[in-house]
Amino acid sequence: MTNLMTNHYEAAAVILFGIGFMNLLLSRNLIKKFIGLNIMDTAVYLFLAAKGFIEGRAAPIVAEGTTATVEKFINPVPSGLVLTGIVVSVSVTAFSLALVQRLYKHYGSLDLDEIMQKAKKEGH
Amino acid sequence: MMNEQNKKSKWQHFVDWVNGEEAIEMSKKISFKKIDFEKLQENFEKYIWSGRKKAIFYMLMCVFVCATFIGILLHTVTALPYFGGSNNPASNEVVQRYIENGVEETGATNIVAGMILDYRAFDTFGESNVLFLAVICVIMLLKKDKYNTTEQEQREEQEDEMFDKEDSNTILKRIANLLAPLLFLFGIYVVLNGHISPGGGFSGGAIIGAGFVLYASVNGQQKMQRFLDYKMFVRINVTCLLTYCILKGYSFFTGANHLPNIIPKGIPGALLSGGLILPLNICVGMIVACTIYGFYALFTKGEI
Repeated sequence: MTNLMTNHYEAAAVILFGIGFMNLLLSRNLIKKFIGLNIMDTAVYLFLAAKGFIEGRAAPIVAEGTTATVEKFINPVPSGLVLTGIVVSVSVTAFSLALVQRLYKHYGSLDLDEIMQKAKKEGH
Repeated sequence: MMNEQNKKSKWQHFVDWVNGEEAIEMSKKISFKKIDFEKLQENFEKYIWSGRKKAIFYMLMCVFVCATFIGILLHTVTALPYFGGSNNPASNEVVQRYIENGVEETGATNIVAGMILDYRAFDTFGESNVLFLAVICVIMLLKKDKYNTTEQEQREEQEDEMFDKEDSNTILKRIANLLAPLLFLFGIYVVLNGHISPGGGFSGGAIIGAGFVLYASVNGQQKMQRFLDYKMFVRINVTCLLTYCILKGYSFFTGANHLPNIIPKGIPGALLSGGLILPLNICVGMIVACTIYGFYALFTKGEI
C-alpha cells in the first residue's frame, strides 16, 4: 500500500488505462469506443511522464553559459516517447473516425450491433 | 458489350485497376438487395431478447476482465522503482550521454529536441511518415468525387454554403481575422526556436494548423484554397518528407562511415545553431500544420 501511495501517478495511469479499456469493450457507439481508446493513450502518456520525472530537477534545457550535468535535469527519453505516442494516437484516431464516417453514411447508424445486423442482411 | 469486357487483356485490367475504373465496373455488376426494414426490426428485437443473457454475460465478463487487469497492473506498480527517485534504472548511461554531451554533439540547448532530431532522427522520420499515411488514408476514405456523392448531398452542401454566405458574423470574422495572423506568427516562432527553447516542429506545427482551421472555418474554404489547395498540400507534404529523408540520410551516412560532416554546429543558444535541427524542425512543422488542416477540411467538406 505504501508503495502505491508513493507511486500514485503510476497507479492513476493504470486505473485510467483500465477505464479506457472498459469503455472500449462496453460502449456500443463507435465514437465512444474511440474516446475510450484515447483515454488509454492518455494513460500511457501519464505513465511515461511520471517515469521520466526526477525529484527536484529541471526540464532538460541548458541555460547559456552553464555546463550540463546529469544531476541537474530529468530523464529526456520519456519526453521523446510521449511525443511519438501523441503523433501515433492522432493518426489512428483520424483514420478510425474517417472509417466511422463512411460506416455512418452507408448504414445510417453508429451502433455497432445495428451495423452488424444490417451488414448481415446485405449479405456482405 | 459484355463479351468485349470479358476479353480484356491482363494489361488492360491492370491499367483500369490503376485508374480506379475496375472497382467501379465491379460495383455496377453487384446489385444490392433492398433492405426490408420491418423484418429487420423484428429480427433485431428477437435478437436482442434471445441474446439478452449473452449480453449480460458479456458485460459481466468485460468488467471482470478489466478489474483483473487493473489489479494485476496495480500489483506491478507496487514493485516499480519509486516515483521521482534519482537512481531508478531508467536514468542510465544513455541519459547521461544525452545530457552531458548533447549540447556539444548536436548544438541544441534543448536536449529533447537534440535527442529526437539528431540521435533518434529516424524515429521522428517514422512519425512524420505515420502522419502522412494517416492523411492519405483519410483522403482515400473521405475525399468527395463524382462517384461517391449523391445529388441530394450536393444540394445540401450548396444550401449550407448559401447559409454561410448569408450569415455575416461580423464580430467573429473580425476577431478571427485578427487572431489568425498572430497564431501563425506564434507558431512560426515556436518552430524556429525549437532547438533553444521548449517547442519544436510538432507543437509549432499544431499551432499553425490551428490558425489554418480558424481562418478556414470563418472565411470559408474557398479563401483558404487560394494558397493551400490540394496540389499545394501534396507538394508541401512530399517535399518536406523528401527533404527530411535526404538531409538525415546524409548525416547518417557520414556519421556511420566516419566521414567529416560539413554542416556547421554553430554556437549553442544562437538562433542559427544546431546543425540540421532547424531545417528538420521546419520540415516537420510544415507537415504537421498541413496534416491538421487537411484532417479538418476532409472531415467537414470532404475536400482540401
